[in-house]
Amino acid sequence: MEATITEAQLEKEFQQKIDSGIVIEPKDWMPERYRKQLIRMMSQHAHSEVVGMLPEGNWITRAPSLDRKAILLAKVQDEAGHGLYIYSATETLGIDRAEMMEQLHTGKAKYSSIFNYPTQNWADIGAIGWLVDGAAIINQTALAKCSYGPYSRAMIRICKEENFHNKQGYQILAYLMRGTKEQQEMAQDAMNRWWWPSLMMFGPSDANSPNSAELMRWKVKLHSNDDLRQRFIDRTVPQAEAIGLTIPDDKLRWNPDTRHYDWGEINWDEFYAVISGNGPCNHERMSARVGAHEKGRWVREAAAAYAQKHLN
Amino acid sequence: MKESNEALFRYCLRIGDTSLILGHRVSEWCGHAPILEEDIAMANIALDLIGQTKIILNYAGELEGEGRTGDDLAYRRDARDFYNLLMVEQPNGDFAVTMMRQYLVSSYMFLLYSKLRNSTDKTISAFAEKSLKEVAYHVRYSGDWVVRLGDGTEESHQKAQSALDQLWFFVDDMFDADETDMLMFEKGIGADIKSLRIDWNNMIEPKIKEAKLVIPEANNFMRMGSRSGNHTEHLGYILAEMQFLPRAYPDATW
Ligand SMILES: [Fe+2]
Ligand SMILES: [Fe+2]
Repeated sequence: MEATITEAQLEKEFQQKIDSGIVIEPKDWMPERYRKQLIRMMSQHAHSEVVGMLPEGNWITRAPSLDRKAILLAKVQDEAGHGLYIYSATETLGIDRAEMMEQLHTGKAKYSSIFNYPTQNWADIGAIGWLVDGAAIINQTALAKCSYGPYSRAMIRICKEENFHNKQGYQILAYLMRGTKEQQEMAQDAMNRWWWPSLMMFGPSDANSPNSAELMRWKVKLHSNDDLRQRFIDRTVPQAEAIGLTIPDDKLRWNPDTRHYDWGEINWDEFYAVISGNGPCNHERMSARVGAHEKGRWVREAAAAYAQKHLN
Repeated sequence: MKESNEALFRYCLRIGDTSLILGHRVSEWCGHAPILEEDIAMANIALDLIGQTKIILNYAGELEGEGRTGDDLAYRRDARDFYNLLMVEQPNGDFAVTMMRQYLVSSYMFLLYSKLRNSTDKTISAFAEKSLKEVAYHVRYSGDWVVRLGDGTEESHQKAQSALDQLWFFVDDMFDADETDMLMFEKGIGADIKSLRIDWNNMIEPKIKEAKLVIPEANNFMRMGSRSGNHTEHLGYILAEMQFLPRAYPDATW
């Protein structure tokens, strides 16, 4: 028998596996930090799906037609499904859903800052589907190639649904832009309010992204935040133009040399204010989640008690 | 409208409005359910109900023949022209009220659609056939929760019993047959409400018993009126919310 393999040796082999493109599965050895980082990222992702139900759920009872109501219900239901699916994928790393939710409710775990903005008019539902799900698709398509098997598979499955979300959002806005003057104003207003927060979804600039280097070495992240953000902008600007929406950035223009759009400057003060809990709806979102959890306690207790009584 | 069409039109509104308002109520839970799985299940139920609404209200619009669509009927009628069961407009209350309401109404729908499957009206029978599968799931889902809550903890038992007590006031309204019901039954289009009531009692009693709950005394005060569009105060608020956009922007389409 071989002598005990050292931690350093294991870590070296782990890195070799990653470098040669081998996917890591739950039972494989992994550095403790890799596990921790994935738990942090994946649970944050799952929380975002669930908290993300709130701003859109806000308009389900006011959706303006039976079709729009059905589509929005289906969309928000998908997001709950994504949450469930990613929670399960995260559980493969040795943490359970109850603990993750506890971390969310106590503020220990974060969720995407975008959901701390209010949905003020119907066009916001279009803007979320188009911009927020659009940004999510860029992120998740990259994550679908990440080194952790359960996360990567979850992303592949989820991305299919995100494309439908993205289309229905764009369709809402396209429809409004062909409508009355008031509807067009609604759509432009939503565009103005959601554009910059959508760009913030990709996180801080690489220079200020503390975890980036390590995550890229482990292929948890495959592209830098700035690259993904640029990809989103390049893809979205022509879509906005096609339906007559103006992007609220006077520095935005096509650069024929780089073959990318040049654009302005994100208000990072706003970004840090929102992620540290001072966005417009942080308080509402958290109290809605904590409230649902607390009000549901007796229901979960009843289900557990019933199951206990009827074990056979 | 011909007289028979008029009766069928009304009959469709009763079915469609009941699905629409129940779907609306259930969808109010979205994002706030006690368990994530329940959020998914309730969104699913709401989605089924809105789908059913679309079929039947569109058909009502055709029968009327004045160019109104299902959307027009859903979004541009006032409360007195709605014919949903009073039970479905009752507020969600706690999870026990929502599940009990769902169970009582879904059981009613299940039995009604089982009969309407044989309707001489092709659209109604096709609608019933399609909806029956969905409603069967709603019965199972809410019935399981009624039992779990009734036979769960002391607290959940009390909440389930109180849900049953408060919703029971609206049971007779479900079976309050009028001339439209009679006419539809005679023509082989609609269901016999008298036998529906018997079937419904037979269906729910064992489940309520299994849940260790007690059906309230028969001589309770009963609230009625849905057949003539007489509602509780809750419906007006539902419509104010639901119809806001089409009412505020009457020239817009969405
Ligand atoms: Fe999602
Ligand atoms: Fe999505």
